[in-house]
This record gives sequence, structure tokens and C-alpha cells, in this order.
Amino acid sequence: MNAYNFAYLDEQTKRMIRRAILKGLAIPGYQVPFASREMPMPYGWGTGGVQVSAAVLTPQDTLKVIDQGADDTTNAVSIRTFFERTAGVETTTQTKSATVIQTRHRIPEDPLTEGQILVYQVPIPEPLRFLEPRESETRKMHSLEEYGLMHVKLYEDISRHGHIATSYAYPVKVEGRYVMDPSPIPKFDNPKLGDMAAIQLFGAGREQRIYALPPYTQVISLDFEDHPFEASKADHPCGLCGAKDSYLDEVIIDDAGGRMFVCSDTNYCTARQAAGHKGKDAA
Amino acid sequence: MTPLLSVHGITKSYGGHVGCADVAFDLYPGEVMGIVGESGSGKSTLLNCMAGHLTPDAGRVVFDTRMDGPRDTVTMSEPERRMLSRTDWAFVHQHARDGLRMGVSAGGNVGERLMAVGARHYGEIRNKATDWLERVEVDPARVDDRPTTFSGGMQQRLQIARNLVTGPRLVFMDEPTGGLDVSVQARLLDLLRGLVRDMGLSAIIVTHDLAVVRLLADRLMVMKSGHVVEAGLTDQVLDDPQHAYTQLLVSSVLQV
Amino acid sequence: MYVAVKGGERAIENAHAWLAEERRGNTDIAELSIAQIREQLKLAVNRVMAEGSLYDPDLAALAIKQARGDLIEAIFLIRAYRTTLPRFGTSRPVDTAAMACDRRISATFKDLPGGQILGPTFDYTHRLLDFKLAADGEIPDAPLREPEPGDVPHVTEFLNREGLIEDAPNDETPPPDLTREPLEMPADRALRLQALTRADEGFALGLAYSTQRGYARNHAFVGELRIGTVPVEMEIPELGFAIEIGEVTLTECETVNQFTGSKTEPAQFTRGYGLVFGQTERKAISMALVDRALRWEELGEDFEGAPAQDAEFVLYHADNIQATGFLEHIKLPHYVDFQSELELVRKLRREAEASQLQEAAE
Repeated sequence: MNAYNFAYLDEQTKRMIRRAILKGLAIPGYQVPFASREMPMPYGWGTGGVQVSAAVLTPQDTLKVIDQGADDTTNAVSIRTFFERTAGVETTTQTKSATVIQTRHRIPEDPLTEGQILVYQVPIPEPLRFLEPRESETRKMHSLEEYGLMHVKLYEDISRHGHIATSYAYPVKVEGRYVMDPSPIPKFDNPKLGDMAAIQLFGAGREQRIYALPPYTQVISLDFEDHPFEASKADHPCGLCGAKDSYLDEVIIDDAGGRMFVCSDTNYCTARQAAGHKGKDAA
Repeated sequence: MTPLLSVHGITKSYGGHVGCADVAFDLYPGEVMGIVGESGSGKSTLLNCMAGHLTPDAGRVVFDTRMDGPRDTVTMSEPERRMLSRTDWAFVHQHARDGLRMGVSAGGNVGERLMAVGARHYGEIRNKATDWLERVEVDPARVDDRPTTFSGGMQQRLQIARNLVTGPRLVFMDEPTGGLDVSVQARLLDLLRGLVRDMGLSAIIVTHDLAVVRLLADRLMVMKSGHVVEAGLTDQVLDDPQHAYTQLLVSSVLQV
Repeated sequence: MYVAVKGGERAIENAHAWLAEERRGNTDIAELSIAQIREQLKLAVNRVMAEGSLYDPDLAALAIKQARGDLIEAIFLIRAYRTTLPRFGTSRPVDTAAMACDRRISATFKDLPGGQILGPTFDYTHRLLDFKLAADGEIPDAPLREPEPGDVPHVTEFLNREGLIEDAPNDETPPPDLTREPLEMPADRALRLQALTRADEGFALGLAYSTQRGYARNHAFVGELRIGTVPVEMEIPELGFAIEIGEVTLTECETVNQFTGSKTEPAQFTRGYGLVFGQTERKAISMALVDRALRWEELGEDFEGAPAQDAEFVLYHADNIQATGFLEHIKLPHYVDFQSELELVRKLRREAEASQLQEAAE
């Protein structure tokens, strides 16, 4: 792979992406259009996140890649291998020792710290897209702060189900201005978005958008005064490490419908087990 | 007294064909203006130019805004115009489905304008929606039903509730009774008359139905081929039409 | 004891090894060469070059071989390669009037300067399976004729001289570059044409067909369709003049469409335009029809709500690499999202059951 530049992208392209990132950091929650490149992996498989990571990586960085919270899912492995080959940077599975973390659908359980960058892969960056399919119209709605329709959707949820029936990609308002899609993280993760010490960058390759949250940004999940937002998760402790505060995957363990609940953040879970914590299903 | 709306020289053409030409009038607070004419006379073009749905080729539409007094809405910025259309203005379409969100419950339809201006309490929004359903004679128990399950008359009344919930100062209506059965029309007209009186609404109503303006409008403009051929107090124009075209219009319907 | 699924890395390696074996197929059968694909599957090569936006028949043939004949996969390989290439400069606009035509037909005039040339077309073949090809592909030589000297003028030029067709004045503004700038709406015609020339052929065909069936009907005639080679020239700043750097085969389609006039224009014909790499005439005609449908606004026509008129709909969905990536990404694990949906559905069901029980009790 020596024919390629450090982290695959040429320097011109990285500069273009960095400009978009800086603009995004300057206007938190605003979707900055950028000239997304064709990457050697399909659109929809993290090309936005990969381009953002490529633009921020330096040779001294330590990279962690997770998908669904886990380091060992196939797409996480594939993206990590890509950067090992094209950038030769150190990789890790430990949240604490990573400087750049690329993620799909989760925020790690361990609180992130200053100096770390969390890069999200985003499939559909537009929180208003399923209410209004037209890009020209949704951009206008953002610029005019016309967010009534978003609340109509939440209103409809409550009138039909008694609850806001959005469980992931739950829309947020950033610094009282832009309504933003936090990417398809479970709403359990939403409270971690606000006031985070790390930089959060969001890349949508196919849709050609980058947006960002600088450290310690105010991020509020949309709700009604009498139906406040609540972060939810399966009401169990982790079967392996016993954690009660982590987001859980449900695993079917036999064909009689037996199931167990385990941390979706594999690094969090293994670190707890190594420290001697045990859940009821642990050996 | 400052007019609520002051229209000057509104002109709009399509290709070589005149939509409306050089229309001017003033509308004072609490007044209802009727615009009549047969289809193709330019009355809907005029209405859409005034409401900001079409950009006129020439002319001004000056609205007396709450904050800054009279402003030309043709040249004001789009954010300002949009803000007007969701607060001080309302638009009742001929076909209710153009003015409603058919996939959203009746309560959501009425609540949208409230939420657009910052209402964030579900219970209060819902209560207000229920109140309005009652005011427009829709069974409040239908608050969670979608308009697709409503009759044509109910849809039209729901559209009116959705528009009036934020207490607009000016309502544009495009053939509000068009396409409804005669008995349903009568009920809707009664309702509109009550609302206009109780709320002191200012309105501009476009219609080809002289019965509608007879009942609702204080003043009348008669349009033909894009031009205003006659204007005046409603009774005066209908009882003693001066222009040959108005005479034809009046004589072609049964006396009301 | 439960052990979470591991070993993504090895699974991926093994899958790749298996894929390579499947691609090769039965090794008793001779391997396909790049040259064979380039020469004998030329129309596939052309499509990959056109939609991959890279004119290189050998690389396109390689991509087709590597993609096991899946043309969208091959286009993807070409696109991903293309994006890494350094950019030395921009060619001068090619002059299609100077095209060495292999094929040139007009549906609007029976005869015209430059003549009608059928060229290598399927048009009048009877679609009967030729079992001789299953045995051997020996063919007799096709007869030869001297090409007519001089340029082949465009049909629309004849109409333009009479003022019968809208003028298309020279525009020296450099066109935007879809591959270097994000696609933003509203898109001008140069940008729309750029998106259409690399649009998925099937998508463009479906849209064009829909205009013929009445969804934004614009009464298109093929004013002219020509296929042939044109030289590509580039200005070399050090030399101070343009030199020829090669030649490309192009398909160009100009449609002549009915138009009744507007506020500013008297009745005249209007244009739709298609230009595509290689011999790709289905695509070029489709492109011209869709181009014409998308021009409704500048021509003062009504928006009928037809898909082919809707620039956002057309341009955001025409790219098969974007489309296939997003479509196929739903194969990736989504268990975190699914888990949160599970919780929600269970909660809603619990509440519904509880309220039913309560009603029953009352």
C-alpha cells in the first residue's frame, strides 16, 4: 500500500475535510457540505467516518474502531485494518488509551477525556429527512429555525403510543440553535453527547456532510415538558461483568428462547471482568 | 387609521397571458374583503401574490406588522415572510388536503402552529387542540384520528381550526366552500361568520360564489381577465351592479 | 458459559479467499484475459468507463474481471481508483462536430449533409439466438467504404440557422466538478449533465421512459445520435498552446423537443442533450430526455410533480455507487438499534396489555 499517502487520502483532500471540520466546530450542530471522495469501501459502510478519521489522524495517534460498541465486529475489524495498512498508526481496543475513536452506533461507556476525538459514522445526517424529503427545503428549515414539524412528530408519537417512540437516532438541539441527528446511537447514549470533554465529529460520506460538537457543548434531547426525555436500556445487569450502568445487547443462547444480557461495549466489559467483577452468567 | 394590508399595483403574467394587472386596494383591521369572478379571472393569482406563494412581476403588498409597522412583504426576506405566515397570517385552501397534513392526527394538525412558535407542553397543546375542534364543531373525541377518516366538511373545518389556533390577524381564503355539498357549505358559512365576528378577523376571501361574499364580506372586488372591473360595499355592488360583467354575474345566479 | 462471537478478522480473510476461488471458477476452463474482455465485451467495458467516470478500457476490463461480471461492482472499483489519481489539468472542450463518426443517425431529417450512417448497431438485427456463436465466432469481413471528408455538422445547427430551435450560446464559465465539490441544490445544467452522464443506466432509462409515458412528457425526437472518436486536447502552459493527448469514443444525442413558447420566447423547438463515454446509446438518449425534463423551470414550464422533473429526486438517486452502498449497508450489524427498538416494543405491549386487563376488570 506504499503507493498511497498517509491515511489513504491525499493532502489536498485532507485539507478540504479539515476546513469542513473546523467550520463544523465553529457552528456546532450545523451540517457542513463537503466533497466526499469515493473510498475503497462502500457508501453506507462508514466512508464519512473514515474520511474524517483520515483527516484528523497523525502518525502519533492511537486509533480504536468500534461498531455496535464492539472492537471485533467485522466492519470495525475491516476499518481498523484499513488504517493499520494505510496509516500504520497504533491501534488499541482500550477506550482510555485511544486518541481517536471511530464509532458506529455507540458512545463508549468510559467517559472520554480532553484530547480525545470521537468520530461517528453517520448514515442520514438530516434529522428532518423523514418528515421532509427535500434537501433544499430542510436546509431552509434549519436556517430559519423552523422546527415545529419535528415536534409534530413527537406529538404524534405520544398521542398514538403514550410515549415518544424514537429509541435511537433521537434528535437533539445543540446550544439552543440547530436540531441535530446524533447518528443511530441508542437514546441511552444521548446524555453523554452534552458537556463531553472530547471533540465529537460526525461524518456522512454518501450524503456529503460533516458536523461537529466542540468539547463541553450543550446538547439537549428534544421532548415535551410533561413528557421528558428518558434514557433507557434493558432492565438487567450484564451477565458477564455484572455492570448495571451499561448499555446491553440481548443474546439468544439456545433454541428454547433462553437469553442473556451482556455489555455492548466489549472493552468496558472485559476491563470490569479483569478487575474481578462477575455477572450471573460468567464462568 | 393604518390599513392592515395595503396592496399597490400587483401585476402577474404567465407567458403572454395576464394573470392579474395593476390591482390596488386597502384592507382595514376587522374588515372582510371578497374577491369574485369566474375561473381564470385572476382572483386566485392575486390571492397567491398577496399571501407570498407567488412573486408578483410588479407591485407592493404592505402589511402592518406588529413590530415594525407597515412593511412590503414582497421584498422582505424569506425568513421574515415565513414567520408572518406561521403567526399573523393564515391561509385556508380550497382543498383541505392542500392545507392539512393528512398523515398527522387532528390534534397534531391543530398543534403544529403552536409548536412552531415554541409551545412545549403536550397536555396544553392537546387541550387547546380539543378546544378548537369543539369551536369548529368537530367531535373532540376525534382528536387522535387522522383527517383521512374525516368527511369533506370536517376536513375543511379542521383546516380552519389549524389556521386560527394562533390568533392570526389576517386570513386568506381560497374558495373555502368550493367542492362541498350545499348543506355542508351552509354550515361552514355559518361557522365562518361566527368566527369572523367573534375574533374580529380581517380576511380576504376569493370565491366564485356570490352567496359566500353576501354573507361574509364587507366589501367586494369583481375581477375579469385579470382586472378589477368594479369595487365597493358588498350590498351596493350586488344590489346595484354598474359594470356589465357584474350585472351578468349577479343575474346568472338565483337571488340570495 | 457464553463466549461472544470473535474472530472477525479471520472470517474476513477466509471469505476473501473463497471469493477469489469463485471468481476463477472451474480451472479446467481457460482463464479470461483482460484483452478478451476489452475486445469482446466492449459494451460492458463502455458502461463501466461511463459510470466509473474514467476513460481507460484496460482498467475497466480488469475491473469487470475482478468483479466477476458485476458491472456496478466494477464501476465501484474504477471510482475508488479514480479518486486517488492526481489531477494534472483540464482538457479543452471536445468538438463533437469534428467527430470521426462510426454511427450517425437523425430521426428528424431523411437525408442531410454528412449522411446517415447506421454503423455497428443491434437496431435491425433479429433477436434470434445465434447458435453458431456457441460453436465458433468466425465472421466474414465487413465491407469497407472511404469516410466522407470534412466535419459532420450537427442537425440542430440547421434548425438554429432558421431560429427554429432555442439558441445554445457558448458559455465559457468553467463547469463545476461533481467529484470535487459537494452536490448542492439548485444544480445548474452543467452540473446536472455531469451527474447524468455517470448516472446508473437503468435509473436513467426508467426516468426517460416515464417521460415518454406522460410523466412530464416533452415530445422528444432524436434530432441526432452520433458515435465516434474525437481528439482530446490539453493546453500546456509551458508550451503556450494545446496539444492532442489522445482520443476518446463518445456517444452524443441531441433531442429536438416540442415547445409552445413562454413569456419571453416565441414558439420554437428546445433541446435535450446527452453525452456519454463509449458506445452507450441507450444511456445517451435517456440522458437527453431526462435533461430536457429537468429544464422545465428555465423554460417556464409547469412542474407537474413528475419524478423526471424533480432535480433533487433525480440527482440524489442517480448514482449507483451511492445507492448500492447504502442499500447493502443494512446487512451490517444493527443490533444496538434493534435492541433499543425491542425494549420500546416490549414496553408499549406491556402497557397495552395492562390497560386491557384493567378495562376487563372494570
